[in-house]
Amino acid sequence: MRMFDAVAKNISFLLGGYWITIKLTMFALAGGISLGILVGLGRISKKKWVYYPVTFYVNLIRNIPLILVIFWFYFVMPIIVGRPLDPFPSAVISFIIFEATYFGEILRAGFQSVSKGQIDAGYSTGLNYIQTTRYILIPIAVRRMLPSMITQSIVTYQDTCLAFVIGLHEFVRRTTIVDNFEVRSIQLFGFVAILFLITCYISSVVSRRFEVKRERGY
Amino acid sequence: MGLAYKFDWGVLWRQPYGVWLLKGIWLTIQLGLLGWIIAFALGIFIGTIRISPWRWLRFLGTAYVEVFRNVPFLVQLFFWYFAGPMLFGHSLQFRINAIIGLNYYVAIVALGLYTASRVAEHVRAGFGSIARDQYQAALSTGLTEVQMYRYVIIPYALRIIIPPLTTEFLTIFKNSSVAMTIGVAETTFMSYKIDSETFHGLEATTGAMVIYLILGLAVVKLMGILESRFRIAGLVGRK
Repeated sequence: MRMFDAVAKNISFLLGGYWITIKLTMFALAGGISLGILVGLGRISKKKWVYYPVTFYVNLIRNIPLILVIFWFYFVMPIIVGRPLDPFPSAVISFIIFEATYFGEILRAGFQSVSKGQIDAGYSTGLNYIQTTRYILIPIAVRRMLPSMITQSIVTYQDTCLAFVIGLHEFVRRTTIVDNFEVRSIQLFGFVAILFLITCYISSVVSRRFEVKRERGY
Repeated sequence: MGLAYKFDWGVLWRQPYGVWLLKGIWLTIQLGLLGWIIAFALGIFIGTIRISPWRWLRFLGTAYVEVFRNVPFLVQLFFWYFAGPMLFGHSLQFRINAIIGLNYYVAIVALGLYTASRVAEHVRAGFGSIARDQYQAALSTGLTEVQMYRYVIIPYALRIIIPPLTTEFLTIFKNSSVAMTIGVAETTFMSYKIDSETFHGLEATTGAMVIYLILGLAVVKLMGILESRFRIAGLVGRK
C-alpha cells in the first residue's frame, strides 16, 4: 500500500504514542471528573468560604488557554517537588486541574436542573438528606448531564495532544518525529486526523443517543 | 531545597522581555481578530447551507462540521502547516514554503476554519429558534429564498446567538496560543521564550495568564456593548 507506506513502516512507534495519548486521557478523565465532583459541589455550596474560592478557581482556569496551564504546572512542579518532573505526571496534573473546572460546571448545571419540588417530594416521603441525594438528586442529575459529560470527555481526549508542548512523546509528537525523517506529512498527519475523526465521531454518536433517550425518559 | 526558588517578576517588564510580551500580545490580537473574520463569514455560510433545501448541500455542511470538530486543533494546524503546501504539487510546494511568515498565515486560516465549524453550529441553532411564521411571512412579502435569508433570517438569528458567539470569540483567542507550536511568536510563545532565556518561566507564564484574563474581559465588554446595540426592540430578554 503506497498511500500509507510511511505510516505502515512506523506503525508500532506511532501506536505506542497513541497508547500514551489514551493513558493520559484516562488519567485526565478519572482525576478531572473526581475533582470536578468536588468543584461542582463547591459551586452550589451555600458556605461562602467554599463558594467564592471555588468560583474564583473555575473562572480563572476557564479563561486561560490550556497550553498556558500545561506550561505553568511544568514550571511550578519542580519548585514544589524540588526536582524536575517528567512530562507525563506534569501533564496529568495540569489536565486534572484544567478539565475539573469544565466537568465541575457540567455537574453544577446538572444538580441545579433538578427542581426544588422533586427534592422536597423526596423529603416529604420521609427520606433523609443522604437518601434524597442518593435516590433522587443523583439519578436524575446524572441522566441529564450524561451527554455533556461525554462531549467534554471527547474534548479532553482531543486536548491531550497539547501535552506535545512539554515534550511528552504522545501521538502527535511521535508523528512529527516520524515526519522529520520520512517527510510524508500528508499521509502521516492525515492518519492522525482520521484516527481522531473516527474515534471522536463514534463517541459523539453515542452521546447523541443518550440525549434522545433522556428526552423520552424524563 | 524545595522552595529555594527566587522569584524575579522583573522578567515581565525588563528589556528586552517586556517588549517581547507586548509584541506577543499584538500577535495574539491579530490572530484572534483575523481568524474570527474567516470563522464568522464561513460559519454563517456553513450554518445556512446546513438547513438549505438541497440535500447534497446539507450533507456538505454536516461533513464540514463533523470533520473540523472531531479532529484536534493541533492536528489540523500541523496538517495545514506541514502537509498543506504538499497538496499543491511538487513545483508549487517549494514556492509556498518560501513565503516569509507562512506560519502566521497558516495559523490564521487554520483558526478560522476550525472556529467556523463551531460558529456554524450556533448559527444553525439560531435558525432553529426562529418561528416558522417568520420564514413564511418573509416569503409572502415576495422575497426570494436568498433574500429571505439575507434580509430577515440571518440578521435576526445573529442577534439571538450573540451570547454563544461571545464564548466562541473568547475561545479563538485562547486557541490562538496553539499557534506557538508552529513558531508564531504570540503571547504564550513569548512567555516560553522568556523562560528559555531567564529560567523564570513561572513568572512569565503567570504574566501571560493575566494578559489572557484582561483580553477576555475586554472581549466580554465589547460583545456586551454589541449585544445592547443590536438588541431587537420588544424582544423579551436580558438587558
